[in-house]
Amino acid sequence: MTVTQNEFTKAILDADLPVPDGLCNPEGAPAGKRFSVYRNNVAVSLSEALEVTFPVIRKLVGNEFFTAMAGVFLRQHQPTSPMLMLYGADMPAFLDSFPPVAHLGYLPDVARVELALCRSYHAADAPAIDPETLQSIAPDALLSSRLHLAPSVHLVRSDWPAAALFHANSDPDAPKPKMQAEDVLITRPEYDPEVTALPPGGGAFIAALMDGATLGEADKTATIATGDFDLTEVLGLLLSKAAIINTTEGTPK
Amino acid sequence: MHDTSPAKTSPAKFRTVPNRPGVGYKPQHFTAIMEDASPVEWLEIHAENYMGDGGRPLAQLRHLAEKFPISVHGVGLSIGGKDPLDPEHLKRLKHLCDWLNPASFSEHLAWSTHEGHYLNDLIALPYTEETVTNVADHVAQVQDVLGRKMLLENPSSYLAFAESTLSEVDFLAEVVKRTGCGLLLDINNVFISVTNQKTDAIAYIDSFPLEYVGEFHLGGHDEDEDDDGALLLIDSHGREVVDPVWALFDYTLNKTGPRPTLIEWDANVPDWPELAAEAARAAQILDKLTV
Repeated sequence: MTVTQNEFTKAILDADLPVPDGLCNPEGAPAGKRFSVYRNNVAVSLSEALEVTFPVIRKLVGNEFFTAMAGVFLRQHQPTSPMLMLYGADMPAFLDSFPPVAHLGYLPDVARVELALCRSYHAADAPAIDPETLQSIAPDALLSSRLHLAPSVHLVRSDWPAAALFHANSDPDAPKPKMQAEDVLITRPEYDPEVTALPPGGGAFIAALMDGATLGEADKTATIATGDFDLTEVLGLLLSKAAIINTTEGTPK
Repeated sequence: MHDTSPAKTSPAKFRTVPNRPGVGYKPQHFTAIMEDASPVEWLEIHAENYMGDGGRPLAQLRHLAEKFPISVHGVGLSIGGKDPLDPEHLKRLKHLCDWLNPASFSEHLAWSTHEGHYLNDLIALPYTEETVTNVADHVAQVQDVLGRKMLLENPSSYLAFAESTLSEVDFLAEVVKRTGCGLLLDINNVFISVTNQKTDAIAYIDSFPLEYVGEFHLGGHDEDEDDDGALLLIDSHGREVVDPVWALFDYTLNKTGPRPTLIEWDANVPDWPELAAEAARAAQILDKLTV
């Protein structure tokens, strides 16, 4: 009697399936509860990995609910790599379609913020540009140049107050979130990623930079999106968060 | 920021793991370890936690590697898997080992990935002519890709396979014979397996090819029961090493002489002094043999 790893895997992930034949106790009787050790190890360890990546989602839905939800998630989405730091990329889409949380429309975006934090934490190191280098470039040249952002920089554009919700559930002193759309910037000045809500137009501006636009083009895009876009403010923010690593001269697209 | 670019010179200054106590590294112990790690003289890291591109994990590892011999312990290669080894994962492992140039590399006699799905557990395999060939091929491939000898660790077993035709010890000896790899003997896993299989720990150790053991692991386990109420031990690494495991370690060490000995504590991780106390207990047993 041989047991394939395919049968083994299916039975681990579905406790309603019988324990595969050919697995036994020392007396040769069916393995029974001994097989449950694997079922339990897999479910608990993957659930714990999700807890590490999504502490704010866990806080928002409650520990007990999170564990139950993680049990559903991990049976639909196993890690595709042994690098557990990458596990959970499917969580925003899962939250978007999981009926019990349909009334919590902001969860997918908060999960995106938490995923971005995890990616940022493990991103390659890249020294930031000296602010004086940027200030020394003539205004016209600056507008036609491209700003390159650090690999640890991420942008989450949300219809919800995703940054405020994140802060309110990770810092007891943070203000109560106001129900408004937020563009969220994730940066890593040294080793600890930070979450910042961007001022008006900041999301459109940074999205354009990430898309390869020149500074002038990105400024225009942001100003069209929001009349009161303040380029100096957003550039100052990016510099203070060590988010810009380089500039190159460029011709407009 | 600290340069962790693999193109730069390896931070590792140590080519071998000493026959002394080590511990599984946990980031919360970084400051304590850098100040005074005694009696711990070397560290083990789980390879998969250091496969990111940068940030604090690799920066800490660079600092640690300048001060301590590092053993890289893989938990995700799925060497016992029927599927071919994941070439991408093997590449990441090579990237890490080429950069770090660790003093040792080890992995498990177990599988964890099936058809691209990683289950994050060390799952048992039957011991047959077919599986010994598959495992030996995988071990040979790993050693070939990494350009270094590896140690293969004995698993904890909870159940038996009706189809097995080889004992675990004979299986491991055969892999050594075919590949030239070394063995990592986890004494806690031996204790768990013989208890769960109702066999004898001393007989296991006495039949083990001890001359190929390059390292010992010691860790804690939990207790449960099977359907018949028989004691079922579970490898949890979540508490101190129990006395019978220390006794079995002592027995084994008297046959092998001192070897690198690691304390594993991966869940409910204690503060540094409690972990260091476990390492001190290992040091006492190692010291008995060296004086």
